[in-house]
Amino acid sequence: MTLDLPLIWGLILAIGVFMYVLLDGFDLGVGMLTFHARSDEERNMMTATIEPVWDGNETWLIIGGGGLFAAFPKAYGIIMPAFYLPVLIMLAALIFRGVAFEFRHKAVRKPTRVFWNSAFFGGSATAAFAQGLMLGGMIQGINVEGGAFAGGAFDWLTPFSIVVGVSVVIGYLLLGSCWLVLKTEGELYNRARNWARMSLVGVAIAFLAVSLATLAIDPSVGARWGFTMTSIDFARLLPLSPAPIAGMALCAWLWRDLSMKPGPNAAPDWRPYLLAVGVFLSGYIGLGVSLFPYIVPFEYTIWDAAARDNALGFMLVGAGIMLPIILLYTAYVYSLFWGKVKPGDGYHG
Amino acid sequence: MDFDALLLSRIQFAFVIAFHIMFPAFTIGLAAFLAVCEGLWLKTGHEAFKRLYMHWVKIFALAFAMGVVSGVVMSYQFGTNWSVFSEIAGSVIGPLLGYEVLTAFFLEATFLGVMLFGWNKVGRKLHFVATCAVAIGTTISAFWIISANSWMQTPQGFAVDPATGNFYATDWMKVIFTPSFPSRLAHMLIAAYITTAAVVLAAGAWQVICGRVTKPTRWQMRMASMTLAILLPIQIMIGHESGLIAHEYQPAKIAAAEGWCETAPIQGTMLIAWPADNACGHAGITIPGTSPYLFAGTPEGEDLKGLDQFAPEDTPPIWLVFYGFRIMVGAGLAMLGLGLWGCFLWWRGRLDEKGLFHWAAVPGGALGFIAVITGWIVAEVGRQPYTVYGHLRTVDSVSPVSTAQVATSLLVFMVTYAIIFTAGTVYMARIATRGFDDDPKGPKEARRPPGSPMGAVDEPAETGEDIVAAD
Repeated sequence: MTLDLPLIWGLILAIGVFMYVLLDGFDLGVGMLTFHARSDEERNMMTATIEPVWDGNETWLIIGGGGLFAAFPKAYGIIMPAFYLPVLIMLAALIFRGVAFEFRHKAVRKPTRVFWNSAFFGGSATAAFAQGLMLGGMIQGINVEGGAFAGGAFDWLTPFSIVVGVSVVIGYLLLGSCWLVLKTEGELYNRARNWARMSLVGVAIAFLAVSLATLAIDPSVGARWGFTMTSIDFARLLPLSPAPIAGMALCAWLWRDLSMKPGPNAAPDWRPYLLAVGVFLSGYIGLGVSLFPYIVPFEYTIWDAAARDNALGFMLVGAGIMLPIILLYTAYVYSLFWGKVKPGDGYHG
Repeated sequence: MDFDALLLSRIQFAFVIAFHIMFPAFTIGLAAFLAVCEGLWLKTGHEAFKRLYMHWVKIFALAFAMGVVSGVVMSYQFGTNWSVFSEIAGSVIGPLLGYEVLTAFFLEATFLGVMLFGWNKVGRKLHFVATCAVAIGTTISAFWIISANSWMQTPQGFAVDPATGNFYATDWMKVIFTPSFPSRLAHMLIAAYITTAAVVLAAGAWQVICGRVTKPTRWQMRMASMTLAILLPIQIMIGHESGLIAHEYQPAKIAAAEGWCETAPIQGTMLIAWPADNACGHAGITIPGTSPYLFAGTPEGEDLKGLDQFAPEDTPPIWLVFYGFRIMVGAGLAMLGLGLWGCFLWWRGRLDEKGLFHWAAVPGGALGFIAVITGWIVAEVGRQPYTVYGHLRTVDSVSPVSTAQVATSLLVFMVTYAIIFTAGTVYMARIATRGFDDDPKGPKEARRPPGSPMGAVDEPAETGEDIVAAD
């Protein structure tokens, strides 16, 4: 039996992108929420929850870029030029945000401090929005002719992609505020619960809006879910329905957790983040159902765009050994920094 | 010259990668330096080494962040601007970059968190392990990147798919270990150590000039001088070896770097030349008849190819390669001088008495970066007009994107990098030149907020009347 290497790599890439979303998602979300910080102290408390891990989180984005290059060079060569400007916006935003982690602490004069603080939340928000624009652009399809991108510089910019962009921003806000619920105490903790509730409402609306728009945007997507212009094919819809239903149920559960009064019977603080990840996962699976097996929707499947089997096999050896190790030490580092960030949690002994 | 998408993409790539390489070059060396300091501290219990570690780790955190953000750009750059290259060479070069992410990137990025924020969370030994993991990660990273780049210089172990025109690997060991790879990897790693040593020496010298000599200052100057004095002779030999290999596989590059205009059995070494067009005919100072010594491996009776042997469309831009090479060698020799001078002063016991040496060492901190960038110019411009040497031309590698888009992105990168480079340099220089007269047990009660772990940053990094001095 031979392995279906493009399929395996498609899965690895999908998992990598999801890891990115759920990890960098929360630290981009926290970055955006620093906008609401009432004092430097509160802002620093918020960034302290993500400082030890943001760098590792962002590395999953390189799996997105590098993995696509390595495993699906044809898709990489089409998608990147197609999203030339949103990629540029995202990179510029991530640059400002990444250095702001360090620079904002070094700036002492007020204007420069304000500048780097703004770069921090502005960069976080812009990066999230640009990622949403690209996701929207992917779903609506890319104009390909003769094996190369053949569209215009602004093909990705449509009302739909803007809606998806906003949705991703709201989604990251949910992840970020749930992360703060997990990592903080006191006043900030209470405010984080409020932020989480608000963004959860936004997520539920965005979830619905993007799902419906996705069904409408391409007839083939609607057909996969059993929707045609005139009828609903329940035989198709029913087996797929657990994903959206689970998404809705998780939203409700998360709402209930976030609304509980603090006390002995309250939900544990790690649960909101986990439930938010569940909400994302159900949406992600729904997306997978809509697009699989296309990697350049609706032009090239993962098999059309894959690198040579010997390249995929060579990399699979490395990934098979390294990915479990990476997951292990990532988990180790997270467990090391487990628990609430406390005032006075200094770095020197 | 036409400012089309191709030329702008080349300028953009050169710009973002030249910017990026400064940070890995510095952090590879600095990570090793930190590991040595922490190891020495654990072994000897000498407080000076811990203070050195605590001091330089702050700069490391800044440089690493700048390296990460400019590195993410690189992993998208191939696709946005060089999509045809990516598709044609992707099945060969992609896995090398994939291996870099898997074996190096995660290691550095994840353990950096422990290194910076883990002092209270893990024991000393485990913390040392984290520092070493970061240092090893940066080195593995260099391994894969130089491997990928060396394949582009001296490609082998691949074939062309007749149906698609795409390359595919036939022998992975040959792809990874190309002829130019071993010497280029060694050359780059040592360049990183040298670059860092020059910076460390400059920072120490500045403290001497300011009259703030403490034990850590003394140690950092000794370690840096010794590193320069030992590594530069080795670096020159490895660089020479690398040049011989390039001469065998990329004769046009060496002809341009040496300024050999005509093919001859014996060539001279041109020390300096006056600018000419992108053609031969420099007027300059030449030491005649050096090639039998420098290129001793050339078989008897075989001519050394000059630029007249290559059609203009197969020749790299000569002046960039030519002057880049001279600046690199000059910077290297200057650093060798600094290292020997420093060791001499150490021997005479005058290393921490303010003098001419210290005034020379301060600007000398930039020499490593200058050598790294000009060295890469020689390597990469010398590879032109190809992306995959001899197999894929640069002109056939570029993405189908509009000139306006590339102009926009180039502008955005220039503005962005100008801002973060200026700020980063100011902040790093500020920390680097501070003395060690702070409390050895660490910064005082947090000016930085509760929970903010990273002491990286309790010091004000700017001057201004509203600043309260750190100590």
